[in-house]
Amino acid sequence: MKTIVLAWQYIRSRPLAAALNVLLLALGLASINFLLLVQHQVQASFERDLQGIDVVVGAKGSPLQLILAGVFHIDVPPGNIPLAEVAALAKNPQVKKLIPISLGDSFAGYRIVGTTQDYINLYSAKMDSGQLWTAPMHAVAGYSAAQAMAGAGLQPGMPFVGNHGLGATGHPHGESPYFLVGTLQKCDCVLDRLILTMTESVWQVHEKATALDDEDRKIMQEEREVTMALVQYSSPMAAVSFPRFVNTTTEMQAAAPAIEITRLFRLLGVGTDVLRGFAAVLLLIATISLLIALWNALRERQADWAMLRLLGAPPARIAGVLVWQALLLTLAGGVLGLALGHLLTGLVGYLLAADRSIPITGWTWLPEQTWVLAGAVAMALVAALLPVWAAYKLDVLKILQSR
Amino acid sequence: MIVSQQLCYQYPGSAALALPQVSVAQGAALVLRGSSGSGKSTFLALAAGLLTTALGTLEVAGQNPAHLGSRQRDAWRGRTVGFLPQRLHLSDALSVFDNLGLAYFALGTPASSGHIMRSLEALGVADLARRLPHTLSGGQAQRVALARAVLMEPQVILADEPTASLDDDAARSAITLLARAALHCNATLVIATHDARVHPVLEAVFMNENSLSPKEILHKQL
Repeated sequence: MKTIVLAWQYIRSRPLAAALNVLLLALGLASINFLLLVQHQVQASFERDLQGIDVVVGAKGSPLQLILAGVFHIDVPPGNIPLAEVAALAKNPQVKKLIPISLGDSFAGYRIVGTTQDYINLYSAKMDSGQLWTAPMHAVAGYSAAQAMAGAGLQPGMPFVGNHGLGATGHPHGESPYFLVGTLQKCDCVLDRLILTMTESVWQVHEKATALDDEDRKIMQEEREVTMALVQYSSPMAAVSFPRFVNTTTEMQAAAPAIEITRLFRLLGVGTDVLRGFAAVLLLIATISLLIALWNALRERQADWAMLRLLGAPPARIAGVLVWQALLLTLAGGVLGLALGHLLTGLVGYLLAADRSIPITGWTWLPEQTWVLAGAVAMALVAALLPVWAAYKLDVLKILQSR
Repeated sequence: MIVSQQLCYQYPGSAALALPQVSVAQGAALVLRGSSGSGKSTFLALAAGLLTTALGTLEVAGQNPAHLGSRQRDAWRGRTVGFLPQRLHLSDALSVFDNLGLAYFALGTPASSGHIMRSLEALGVADLARRLPHTLSGGQAQRVALARAVLMEPQVILADEPTASLDDDAARSAITLLARAALHCNATLVIATHDARVHPVLEAVFMNENSLSPKEILHKQL
């Protein structure tokens, strides 16, 4: 009989106690795994979406809101900014590239973004089918948006109607249909969940919808706006002076994504630290519970250990059974904890996907998770130390003679 | 064989306990009688190498257990000594078969299913191999414990009060099985008991069932 088999048989003989131990351990490990997976994916997603964007210029208001709305598309923008001012900024020598972003409509919850093809180039996105837009009202769908559209029977070359607003409940712009001309390959970036079109398309839809007559339309054309502009600096020195220039000399604000996201993570960090602390407490309780379980196993099975000693087993062999019991319980708790952690992450990812938000999946593995498992095993070994020591000190004769 | 001379053992805080001077040949039997605290169990523990003493000499199957290191003594005990404790201590987490398998596990050797089954068969409990100990009757459990004690065909069988709390029939059966097992292994049998019923049964087996070469039965009153 192998040590591991004997350890398993002893565990199996107390199924309820073993199940409770495994569950406690699994809850602690699931919490830690969930936090790791979510935090890592959110950070990675943010970093990916921020690439190549030095500053975001938009309407005055919350700079964080501007970043969340303009870069990650998970918030509503604080307002619009005049096209003329954006055009002036584009000529600023400190600006290497300026990408206008115009929000206002959506299709099935996916935002329709008026922009230039530079926005697609920023993320090096590739065409999957069809082509890029060549005229107003042509639209190109990101990977997830394209899948949803295909699910609704929409293929490149077919028209579709956007809804006013960024939710799915706005009134439809039936008088100005878009034409899906192409779809993008999956880029694992914000473009996946956007429908892109020329900036002019957004103006055309809204001017057509709201202008009372030609005179009114002409005025609107003169006062055209965009929602924000993504700016790339021509030199790193611009990071010092450009935001100050925008914030002090214009009616717009410049928000640096790096600063705002750091601030966001700091704010979220408090919450994650609390959750991580809670998970650590759970793991500590699980360790103590494991120690108690092993201690009880040692005490309840004293006669078995004494008999084993009588049959010629050295203390180390008995210690081996206890250590294997600890490892098997930890392994079961670890596997269950991992499964629960990934399942929970997958569930959150599903809910976020339904909200067209940051992509999070449970089907991923982080190197840190290996360390979490290794830590759990180390914890099991620590928990086994005291019972093992007691096994070495077992008074065989006394136990055998007890009645 | 078991030979002891001027053997004493001192428990912490107690006076030294003088133990019997014996010389029991291989295959013979020794019945140690005496009241509680007289040293019967201590003698068994010394003979099994569970206790060691520097006072006096003790040779069990040609080896003084006190001269062995702790690990060697454990291995020696596992291979040389079959011990039947008063309480049978069958593990309720394991089947009868696996309870016997513990003997192999203790020695770190692969279990022989055939040998385990033959040992159970010899004691008439092979059909209980898959049962859990708590489902056995007292007599069945005693047979299983004996099968475990003699599984490795030890040179010495030590039994501590094997008939305590058994009725006459069960006591007779227990001693008969023990004596037959010892004869089968040609093991030296030591029974520590205060039960007067042991001797006649032991004598019946050792003298009558083995009439061609009757085995010696020694008695020591402590």
